[in-house]
This record gives sequence, structure tokens and C-alpha cells, in this order.
Amino acid sequence: MTLVLDCRGQRCPLPVIVLARRIADVGPGELVRVDADDPAAPNDVAAWCRMRGHTFVGVEPQPDGVPGIVVRREP
Amino acid sequence: MGGGVGVTVLTVTAPVYLDAASAAPLHPVAREALLAALDDGWADPARLYGAGRRSRQLLDAARQTVAECLGTRADEVSFCANGTQAVHRAVLGGLAGRRRAGDLFVHSAVEHSAVLHAAERHVADGGRVTSVGVDRLGRVDVDAFAAAVRAPGVALAALMSANHEVGTLQPVGEVAEACAATGVPLYVDAAQTAGRGPLPAGWSLASASAHKWGGPPGVGVLAVRKGVRWSSPDPADEREGGRVPGAENVPAVLAAAAALRAVTAEAAAEDARLRPLVDRIRATVAATVPDVELAGDPDRRLPHLVTLSCLYVDGEALLHALDARGFAVSSGSSCTSSTLTPSHVLAAMGVLSHGNVRLSLHRGTTGADVDRFLAEFPAVVADLRRTAGVEGL
Repeated sequence: MTLVLDCRGQRCPLPVIVLARRIADVGPGELVRVDADDPAAPNDVAAWCRMRGHTFVGVEPQPDGVPGIVVRREP
Repeated sequence: MGGGVGVTVLTVTAPVYLDAASAAPLHPVAREALLAALDDGWADPARLYGAGRRSRQLLDAARQTVAECLGTRADEVSFCANGTQAVHRAVLGGLAGRRRAGDLFVHSAVEHSAVLHAAERHVADGGRVTSVGVDRLGRVDVDAFAAAVRAPGVALAALMSANHEVGTLQPVGEVAEACAATGVPLYVDAAQTAGRGPLPAGWSLASASAHKWGGPPGVGVLAVRKGVRWSSPDPADEREGGRVPGAENVPAVLAAAAALRAVTAEAAAEDARLRPLVDRIRATVAATVPDVELAGDPDRRLPHLVTLSCLYVDGEALLHALDARGFAVSSGSSCTSSTLTPSHVLAAMGVLSHGNVRLSLHRGTTGADVDRFLAEFPAVVADLRRTAGVEGL
């Protein structure tokens, strides 16, 4: 995991906006994890990946139960 | 304008109501019927004196009208206190009636929340549920649905005629064939299509809601096809064929039936009028608003409904901004729901759920209303994106 974004407590669309702002901080092929407890976040991050051409890798629940949404930056 | 120099002419634009899928404005004939029936149909239709008999006569006539418009027999129709009650009684009564066949309830993932709430009650009572997924356009997977109803112990299956959030028509005919092949009754939530045509072929139970078709709020329709097992999920009395307890709201039922007759007669013309307006909304928004996702099937859809999601935009802020400009719309975004969860329909489809608005047109919606919306919407979205600092992201 190259970058972890803590978006706990943020309501959608904020986690998606944070991800969009920071995706360029990692190189192509590298992974970003968005820890977000808004129930819309996994769905909306997946939709954003589809719209922006990145890859939605999946959801890894974190020790506190919050979904860690993993995205791979594509070129 | 006839005003002299120095006179300022203020243009006051009427609000544009675009939420018919929540509640259609009362049809003029429903208003007339309601006012007349308040004088004529107030008595208890179960009583045998003159005023009671008059109420009974009106109620019977309303039932006949609704049956004709929906393509059912009159004795298959029961009036409920609202559409949600009709949904709950269809699901729970349908399951209770088939208790000996099994305890499994199969439904699509995009059913109305009233169906899902009934399913939750079924599970809480020890029953089992299978939810069948949909594709990106919101159309249920027919093969998966057919496989699900072939499982042992299926008591009831549910598939809506058309989705209330994205407008996609469901393959009810194909699913009904799969259900018939295994002897499973199919419940069809027809809330969004009643008044636009008869119930789809193959239904065993069905429900509808008058205020979606221009009737007054507070009238639901439960239809149970002759020979289909149904058992009341709660205390019953002799009303409505033993299917809905309590005295009927005869004036509202009468108004609902009058509206249904009127909109059914107008349905083909309204379809031809509204469908191109929705096409225009879909095409124009896609062309004028960047990063917008149009949800639902663009072709096999309801004539009057379109849903779209704007990337990086807060749904609640979007609703308020549109309301401030006089546009009444609804939203499936999580921030606009009391539970702060996103629309289960949009989530099941995998489309963007934030920045979401649903527009649903009605017989009073004009091309000018649509043009005004299309002229103002791009700036509304751009303003919100500018304020949030997400332009070009």
C-alpha cells in the first residue's frame, strides 16, 4: 500500500474527492487505500474508478471495522 | 408591457414540480370526484341503510373501474390505506398463504424499500430471503432469478414492473414464466406503471398506489389473483374480502378510481409526449454537464423518469440549490436519506450515488419546464463544484 487516506467521519462525496486529489501522489500500478465509514463510499469509489479509468481492487476491513477501499492507479 | 420608463418588470416563474414518482399532482377529475364523494359517499359501506348502500354502490363502481384499468377481476382488488400497506400485505400475506410450501422469499435487489422492509420482517420471523442482483442498467438477471425460484422451499417471488428510482422496466414476463414453471406465485409491485397500462402478464399478486397516478394520497391497491393463496398477516375483518381491515375511505377510493380511468385513457398520448422530453433531458445533461452519470436503461424504461448523478457534488446541496431555483426533485444520495445510507437501487447497479437527482414528469410538465431546467442545471452543478473546489478534478 503506497498511500493510505483516512476519511473516517467524512460524508460522501468527500472521500471520493480526497481520493481524486491524492491519486496522482502514487505512481501507475501503485495502490491507494481509502479508509471511509460513509456507507456510500465503497460504491462511489468503485464508480469513480470506472469513470476515471482506475482499478477498484476491493475492500479490506480495517481493525476498527471501517472498510479500507483499495484502488490501483492506472496510467 | 405598457409600463413607462423606470418601471421594472419582475419575471416570476412558477415552481417546476418534477417528483411525480413520489406523488403526482392530483388529477382534476380526482378532485371533482373527491368533492362529490365527500357529500355522497361518507357513510359506512358495510351498513344496510340507504346512505350505507350508496357508499357501497360507489365503492363497488370504483373497484370495477380499477379492475378494468389494471386488467384484473373486480373481486381480485382490495383497497388499502396506502401503497406501502398494499406492498406489505402482498408480501407478508403471500408468504403466509404459502407457509406449507416453504419459507423462502425471492426478490430483486432493486425492489422498493417497502418490499425490503417486509422481507426484513419475514427474516425476523424466521423466514429466508434471496436477493437477485441487477446489471448496470438496473435490470434483474433473469437466469439468476429463474435459478433462485427453482430452489426448494420458495414461497413467493417479487419483481417490480419498473424501477421507481431509475425507470428501468423489468423483464416480468420472462420471470413470470420461470415462476410458473415451478409453481411459485409472483408478486408484481406495479406502483410506477399502474395508470400507464394493465398489470404485466403473469402476476399472482400485485400492488399499486393512487398518488403515483394522480389520485389522492392514502389509497393503495392490493390485487390477489383468483386461486392464489393469501393469508392475512395480522388480524382481519370482513372488509375488502378479508384482506384489509377497517372501513374503506370511500371518497378517496372514488377519486383514485376516477383519476385512474382518466390517466389510463391518456396513457398512450402522455407516453408519446413525455418520452421525448426525458430523451431530451438525458441527451442535454450528458452534453452540458461534465462528469455526470445517467442511470437506468435509456430505452426500455418508464416514459417519465430519469435519474442522474453528478461526480463530486453533494446530493443534499444539489437538492437545495434546485429548490431555491424552483425545481422540486428527489434524490437517492445518502446525505438526503434519514438513515444516511445511499439508495440501495443505485448501489445494486454500481452507479455513482452521490450528487444524485431523480426527475419524474407528469401530465402538467411542459416542454418549457424541461427547457428551463436544462438551461439552469449546468450552472447549478458548476456553482456547487466551484464552491467545493473540485473543478477539473
